[in-house]
Amino acid sequence: MIEIKKLTKQADNKLILRGVDLSIKQGETVAILGPNGAGKSTLLKVLATLIKPTSGHVKINGLNLKKDHIKVKKLFGYLPHSSLLYDHYTPLENLLFFGELYGVKDVENRARQLVKEVGLSFFINEPVKNFSRGMIQRIAIARAIIHEPKIMLLDEPHTGLDQGAITILNNVVLSMKEKGCTTLMVTHDFKQAAEICDRIIIVKNGKIADDFSINNKSLGLVSEKYEALVEGVL
Amino acid sequence: MFRAALTIAKKDIYSELRTKQVLGTMIIFAGLVILVLSFAFDPANNTTKAVIPGAVWIIIVFSGILGLNRSLVSEQRNDTMHGLLVAPMEASSIYLGKFMANFSMILIVEIVAVPFLFLLFDFKVNGSILYFILVLFVGSFGFIAIGTFLAALASNSKSSEMLLPLLLFPMTSPVLIGVTQATKIILTNMEKLPSAIAWLQLVAAYDVIFFVLCFLLIEYVLEV
Ligand SMILES: Nc1ncnc2c1ncn2[C@@H]1O[C@H](COP(=O)(O)OP(=O)(O)O)[C@@H](O)[C@H]1O
Ligand SMILES: [Mg+2]
Repeated sequence: MIEIKKLTKQADNKLILRGVDLSIKQGETVAILGPNGAGKSTLLKVLATLIKPTSGHVKINGLNLKKDHIKVKKLFGYLPHSSLLYDHYTPLENLLFFGELYGVKDVENRARQLVKEVGLSFFINEPVKNFSRGMIQRIAIARAIIHEPKIMLLDEPHTGLDQGAITILNNVVLSMKEKGCTTLMVTHDFKQAAEICDRIIIVKNGKIADDFSINNKSLGLVSEKYEALVEGVL
Repeated sequence: MFRAALTIAKKDIYSELRTKQVLGTMIIFAGLVILVLSFAFDPANNTTKAVIPGAVWIIIVFSGILGLNRSLVSEQRNDTMHGLLVAPMEASSIYLGKFMANFSMILIVEIVAVPFLFLLFDFKVNGSILYFILVLFVGSFGFIAIGTFLAALASNSKSSEMLLPLLLFPMTSPVLIGVTQATKIILTNMEKLPSAIAWLQLVAAYDVIFFVLCFLLIEYVLEV
């Protein structure tokens, strides 16, 4: 599904990604771990076609990121650090706008359904600017999946969420997985990573330092490997 | 592509109707310019009629800059521009959408400000209103087409408020020279109409060339 070969990204004479090779199959749920500044967000941005790689190849379902960018963009649901929401718009208006951009059919129903799913029906007509961090994150999640993407790119999706919202998010990921959706999730929350992911990638200094599968939610294995690789060396 | 552009333009205009921030500022600004002009030049005096064609374009240029700046800087909050960039459409749709929104806003300002200006100065149009509307349309089109592009260019910089006017004046001066000349002739001296039309043709050609250029190049400007 996702094929990355020798991907590098340079910004201001600084190599942020130094040769990433990665292959991800459809339906996998992959957690990307790594220290701050390792290049995790940059990797997701390159995939989301937000920034261009300096060198290397990326193929999504055999499609070229640049040449077939419209088809590729339809596949992705991208949730970065910022919410990508318009402050003075209500959740419904935000979702309608992005739904229309993605050409979602019956967008009004879909938007209302999503707002309900993230538990904000009560605030559906309040402008987003009055919301708390966690509420904004909930709408941001809804925004990212409005067009039922085939691949989710989530950048630290758990930040600011309360317990209830974490459960909602995990359920979203798991139910999308059942539909065959692939997920790449940057996170610092090992517990959630072990909970919902079946593969862990550890990124360090713009390279993939480790790549392994986990089953039976073995949190111990994740933190053990992470500490050995990241904290051990420091 | 056109559908996405329309969605973006609709979003911008709708949010403007909601907040009335930018349009309000533009119209207040236009009103102030007109008032100051009426203090400086005695409306009763006949020679002041000569400043009217210029005043029309002063209003459009300066209130236009206010709107142009906001139109792209507003997409930086919460990185909504990234949301547009990862959506399945060409970058030129974003340009087209922003252009349509800015163009409608400047047209609204013109519809409010120009009659106010003419009324306050008791200005009787000795020429053709239709031609005047055509000049306004062609001139605003070029100004906004180039301005939207440059606003996108400047919005990547920290000092976009300063950069935009600096870039805008050299780029749009052919348009502005052409339309002020044409406006002057059309409003005061219809005998020279052929020369006004020549100016207008020149501006229209410039408009088309730059609109197409901006449309094609916007992809490289919007890159993160
Ligand atoms: N546009 C940019 N220009 C220069 N350096 C950048 C840019 N974007 C990111 N970086 C640098 O690249 C490194 C990786 O950033 P990022 O991918 O955001 O890390 P993280 O793994 O914490 O998400 C950081 O050291 C950051 O300073
Ligand atoms: Mg990051």
